Amino acid sequence: MHNTWIYIAVMAIVSYIIRALPLTLIRRPITNTFVKSFLYYVPYVTLAVMTFPAILSASNSMIAGLAAFVIGVILSWRQASLLQVSVICCVAVFIIECFI
Amino acid sequence: MYSRKEVFKKGMHDAIPIMLGYFAVGFSLGIAAKNAGLTPFQGFVTSFLGNASAGEYVAFSIIAAQGTYLEMAIGTLITNARYLLMSASLTQKIDENTSLFHRMLVAFDITDELFGLGIANIASYGPFYMYGAYLMAIPGWSLGTMFGVIAGNLLPGRIVSALSVALFGMFMAIIIPPCKNDSKLRILVLLSFAISFLWDLIPFFQVVSSGTKTIILTLIISSGAALLWPRKEDDNA
Repeated sequence: MHNTWIYIAVMAIVSYIIRALPLTLIRRPITNTFVKSFLYYVPYVTLAVMTFPAILSASNSMIAGLAAFVIGVILSWRQASLLQVSVICCVAVFIIECFI
Repeated sequence: MYSRKEVFKKGMHDAIPIMLGYFAVGFSLGIAAKNAGLTPFQGFVTSFLGNASAGEYVAFSIIAAQGTYLEMAIGTLITNARYLLMSASLTQKIDENTSLFHRMLVAFDITDELFGLGIANIASYGPFYMYGAYLMAIPGWSLGTMFGVIAGNLLPGRIVSALSVALFGMFMAIIIPPCKNDSKLRILVLLSFAISFLWDLIPFFQVVSSGTKTIILTLIISSGAALLWPRKEDDNA
């Protein structure tokens, strides 16, 4: 059994170092195209990989999870706000699970 | 020149919408923290020090799976790697005479949203503008997480089940709108969904924790995209 506080400490230290190193050390722009491109694509890939198919098993019912995914994609595509997408996905799961 | 008090107040004012949004995102993170077995206080501390939705979500899933500390370090590094780029961009905007102490403080809460405020304003208003914004954002984020854990313990199972998709809704709202005008991002996101789905179907990969899966797929897919579609200088990043 691992200690939760050590997990939190590791996360906190790594998160801080990532943010502090460039700001304290770099005084010139990053010019390496590969590094710049890689860092640009990372958030999209990370969030996409974490979202699907995990959303299917997040709630009690896989059908509700799938509905939340489809609704989330459509609403986001139509530029609904972060909060709107999130709340409507929750409401959709709640309603569907009432009938299952 | 503006006084420190003036820019501090301006930062606080500008960050009000961020505080509200952070409370909501923090709240849904708290549900994930609760599912990973964290106490409300542990949730509060994680968000106070972590300041990252995807990064903390990975952290909670590694805790839930009782992964190794090394896995935690690498998972945090990968999911938060973009803050390295944002921090590097801020060096181009911040007054070059800014002291090491202020640079270290500004670094503490570089997030997607606060980076947006910083990149637009830090050149004109300096570090104290950021401190004002942080004073709004950090309590919204960390208290939101704490209340999320508490609510996860108190609310009926049906509500917690519904709230469990909140974070995914927010993730989609972050990655999908930019895909509208960028066909490469569109392919990238669809490919990421598909590969992630296929991964889960292959029994051989089931021994790998979800945190490690995220790390491996992020490294491979992002590197591939960077090689295939390098971003030009004038592309916004």
